[in-house]
Amino acid sequence: MPEWLWIFIKVFIVVNVLMLHVAYVVYFERKVIGHMQARLGPMRVGWHGLLQPIADGIKLFFKEDIIPSNADKPIFYIAPIIGLLAAIGSLAVIPMWEGFSIADINIGILYILALSSVGSYSVILAGWASNSKYSFLGGLRSSAQVISYEIAMGLSLVGVMMMAGSANLSDIVRAQSEQWFLLPQIVAFFVFLMAALAETNRAPFDLPEAETELVAGYATEYSGIRFGLFFMAEYAGMFVMSALAVICFLGGWSGPDFWIFARVPGIVWFLLKVYAFIFFYFWVRATLPRYRYDQLMGLGWKLFIPLALANIIFTGLIKLL
Amino acid sequence: MENISGKEVDAADSDARLSEKELTLSMGPQHPATHGVLRLVLDLSGETIVKCTPYVGYLHRGVEKLAENRNYMQIIPLTDRLDYIASMANNIGYCVAVEKLFGIKVPERTEYIRTIVGEMARITNHLLWLATHALDIGAMTVFLYCFREREKILDLFERLCGARLTVSYPRIGGLKNDVDDQWLEDLYKFTEEFPGRVEQYETLIDKNRIWLRRTKGVGVISAEDAINWGLSGPALRGSGVSYDIRKISSYGVYDKVKWQVCIGKNGDIYDRYRVRMDEFRESNSIIRQCIEKIPKGPIMADAPKFTLPAKDKVLSDMEHLIHHFVLITKGPQTAPEGELYVATEVPKGELGFFFVSDGTGRPYRMRIRSPSFVHISALPAICEGELVADVIANIGSIDIVLGECDR
Repeated sequence: MPEWLWIFIKVFIVVNVLMLHVAYVVYFERKVIGHMQARLGPMRVGWHGLLQPIADGIKLFFKEDIIPSNADKPIFYIAPIIGLLAAIGSLAVIPMWEGFSIADINIGILYILALSSVGSYSVILAGWASNSKYSFLGGLRSSAQVISYEIAMGLSLVGVMMMAGSANLSDIVRAQSEQWFLLPQIVAFFVFLMAALAETNRAPFDLPEAETELVAGYATEYSGIRFGLFFMAEYAGMFVMSALAVICFLGGWSGPDFWIFARVPGIVWFLLKVYAFIFFYFWVRATLPRYRYDQLMGLGWKLFIPLALANIIFTGLIKLL
Repeated sequence: MENISGKEVDAADSDARLSEKELTLSMGPQHPATHGVLRLVLDLSGETIVKCTPYVGYLHRGVEKLAENRNYMQIIPLTDRLDYIASMANNIGYCVAVEKLFGIKVPERTEYIRTIVGEMARITNHLLWLATHALDIGAMTVFLYCFREREKILDLFERLCGARLTVSYPRIGGLKNDVDDQWLEDLYKFTEEFPGRVEQYETLIDKNRIWLRRTKGVGVISAEDAINWGLSGPALRGSGVSYDIRKISSYGVYDKVKWQVCIGKNGDIYDRYRVRMDEFRESNSIIRQCIEKIPKGPIMADAPKFTLPAKDKVLSDMEHLIHHFVLITKGPQTAPEGELYVATEVPKGELGFFFVSDGTGRPYRMRIRSPSFVHISALPAICEGELVADVIANIGSIDIVLGECDR
């Protein structure tokens, strides 16, 4: 079998598994938040609502694709696609178990950070192209948020790269075979966690789509499957950010090394940790109110970035000594 | 300077082309957070409000005009549709006003029951307020927790009079029906667990730093402004003005139970929130005391010219049949002439009814003083200079409902 075909098959499998994941992580979220809020979540379609994601998907596909007459059409068309592509593209470098990643490049972290910046273009462009004031404000908020939090996120990962001595994600996981980076990089972990929430536009930093203020923010004018693409991009982005956190701080695919646990394949540990993270996302959403725009900026610039910088200096000093 | 070099003139030109202009944003009438069909036109500079202009009237149904063509009894269901979140309180307010006009004294048991259901209405209203206010600020879970408790009170309303939202339970001179002991017992059970629930809401939001930062020092109304703008209810008390019509007026049995007026200090969103959270506890304690003290007795006043007779008497007695017929078809024929304004404390503030009576069975003019309308008029002054996100928090904190504002 030629090399390219093998890669194609890998890509095909990963993308399809991701799409299924997106559908069911929405179901997971609705169930989790439902039970946290003294209700049941979806119950009607299938056993305990298990077919709900499929019903939702079909509904979105068959809904009318409304394009506002004043919208900037080409940009309006491609904005959601950019978002989804950026989220899926990030998946290429994520090592799911020992030796498996579609592209094992040596700048894995930078690649993911770059793509997540590209992803925020989709929000900004969508907000701009919709030619609607709510969308526009959502787009503005998103651009400001991305600038503030991308820096904090990038800086928080510098410490990890210094510890591992590499930006290759597989190498970072291997560097944690002795000890996870969670404890030595606890400050960076905290900053990364918050920045990841902001980066994926999740509560309490969901300002670009703050429902009660901006209706749906950048997605106000979108309907049907184009809206669905934004949705998929958001959940795929959540997966990527959780995976990155697991790889950089929680030892990636490695699990406990004794008794029966040693036989469990790495992918299981990896996914378990990722889903624990995704659960954390849901938990936060069910608990916290939303930050205000200026408070969010203040938090990013006055707290997270100095913290991340201090962490780099501290890590450097330890390394030197 | 006029005679500056060409280069600088060009710079001035380009400045003129890049001149700043406010972004006009029409928020509502269809918007997830305007609590009905309020429309705000916001002039924004960035996200800061330069000017905020509320437009009301999208829910205007002409309640005041409709009232002129109905006899006094038929107006009760109209008052349901004012503040549909706490319709019981409106019904009571209306009945109290009409009774004052007619000079009827209602039996003591009725006063007790009215106080109980009135405070239940206050709790449902504040629950819905807290739910939506928290949702506006982004705390989603509080919303559903509040609805869980609200559901229980609505169930009790349903058992009481068959309706959950538009109850029309009080009558002029009394009530539609008496309450049974089982109902009172179940309500008492609810009041036992309710303070714990209030604590639960507080743990969710009151200790939350994001919540505090969103509400403290935002939307400040000084006591002087609050009085000058005519605010009432928790919006006024949040600014530290101790004014509660339940204390100074004579309706209900508020003088026979122990309770205190809850007031704030700083007049910001947080204080208004605190006032309502305290009112939960006060209302709860008023209900408990009323249940403990409630006497036996009749529920309708003895005023055959104004109050509907009992159904079994109508079917067996000529006199009552005639009263029934006249009251239903024409309304009370011996209403005193004159003008009267009576205000009661509904959950949102001071709800007043002003009647001009010409002695017929229908009010010549009925004017409703609605707290929501007054509160909306204060909105521009509160919002100016704040952010878009604060507008939403402000709308929530002054607690408006458009059914009552537009009437």
